[in-house]
Amino acid sequence: MKNKHIFILFTFVLLLFTACENNTTTSDVLYQCPMKCEGDKTYSKQENCPVCNMKLMPLKDKEEKVLEDPNYISDASIFNLTSSWKTQNNKEITLKDLKGEILVVCMIYTTCQAACPRLVADMRNIYGKVPHENINFVLVSIDPENDTPEKLKAFAKENELEDEFWTLLTSNEDNVRELSNVLSVKYKKINPLDFSHSNIITVFNPQGELYFQQEGLGVDNSDLIKKIKELK
Amino acid sequence: MFKKLEMHIKKVLLFPILCMFFLGYGQEKTNMKLIKGGYFVPLYGNDSLVTKVSDFYLDTYLVTQADYLNFVKQNDKYAKDKIIKLFADANYLQKWESNLNPGAEINLKAPVTNVSWYAAKEYCATQGKRLPTIYEWEYAAMASETAKNAQRDSLFNHKIIASYEKPKTYKKSVGSTYKNYWGVYDMHGLVWEWTSDFNAVMISGESRKDKDTDKDLFCGSASVNASNLMDYAAFMRYAFRGSIKANYCIQNLGFRCASSK
Repeated sequence: MKNKHIFILFTFVLLLFTACENNTTTSDVLYQCPMKCEGDKTYSKQENCPVCNMKLMPLKDKEEKVLEDPNYISDASIFNLTSSWKTQNNKEITLKDLKGEILVVCMIYTTCQAACPRLVADMRNIYGKVPHENINFVLVSIDPENDTPEKLKAFAKENELEDEFWTLLTSNEDNVRELSNVLSVKYKKINPLDFSHSNIITVFNPQGELYFQQEGLGVDNSDLIKKIKELK
Repeated sequence: MFKKLEMHIKKVLLFPILCMFFLGYGQEKTNMKLIKGGYFVPLYGNDSLVTKVSDFYLDTYLVTQADYLNFVKQNDKYAKDKIIKLFADANYLQKWESNLNPGAEINLKAPVTNVSWYAAKEYCATQGKRLPTIYEWEYAAMASETAKNAQRDSLFNHKIIASYEKPKTYKKSVGSTYKNYWGVYDMHGLVWEWTSDFNAVMISGESRKDKDTDKDLFCGSASVNASNLMDYAAFMRYAFRGSIKANYCIQNLGFRCASSK
């Protein structure tokens, strides 16, 4: 009697087990390392990542969704931010208005003497090395108090950032803080005219998902350019 | 007939006027305390050593698990399963059982933790408030039970350090530590707190790349430049702020809201 019970239990467990197995192998869900150790490589089973040993996460079928719905914005897209901005031409926009183009973004302020001119030079350097179609080079001011659209316009002129591929943005302290957090840029006002800030250039794909970041001034930008070309 | 109407209008008008009177002169908002501004020397300030903080209001208590549950009920975008990746990492409300149920393990009177900066910011915004700045927070937090500025009170500093060493204080109810000079509870002793400009603390993985003098902050030599050698606890707070990102959801990191006067 007891044996029978055990037998039933055993088969039940076995069934459960095989049912699970079936589930994972027959489903079409693909798995990927959350850290993307191997780039976009996917697996059909939920194993551990061979590089970092983290559990692979199921991939959402976002590719399909993009095709289905032109207004689709993924979870990780900066177009989820609803903040409103003013351009150097005093045009009011939200970040979503920049959708569809590769964005190359950095944060600056126009009265900056030290790092910003070099950061802008880096941006122009990148600008000079890639074909411009479908790219938007975006400079965001961290000094909303001083950097009015007029100031940005003048700054663009001074630095020869005048064609349609450059967008300069200003908003308010709150919105700038939020965007700086999305870009992992740290900044701090140290006196009425000066900020310290990290020097990071960020590349977003046309869906607004962070694709690549370059840290530092005057660094070798060949990786960043390679990444932009990948997106094209 | 007209007289009656007049009376009615008077009554209707009187109410908001009375309300304004009490709000204006009572100098206290519901569940907030007025922090009288002033000058102070933050551990890590700007060019001029002394920093000015204007009058502001600060929540008497940290935002609790129960408060946050209410918020989620009204803003389902911030539910555990629904919050978008951009705004929170995978640890968001990690210990909650489900979207609208924190579960039996959670003390509803404890401060809400495992919330990101974006979520905290949105919570305050829905209340018509905002997160306090680092300066505001540090200014309010340097008050002991009896003094506005206890930065030089070694006993007070010692207590703060001791509280950092206690494990699992995030599980305690709000109001369970001390009430400071301003009437605000638990500025030290329960959890770390989000500030609006936490990312103004400039240390990155590769701090040599930051255009900044702050890179020295955490080296041995920095302590010589620090404005207040006593306040080792502040070092820890600044180091913590410098090490986190806005989407991080951490077990011992909560928040309270502020508003300008």
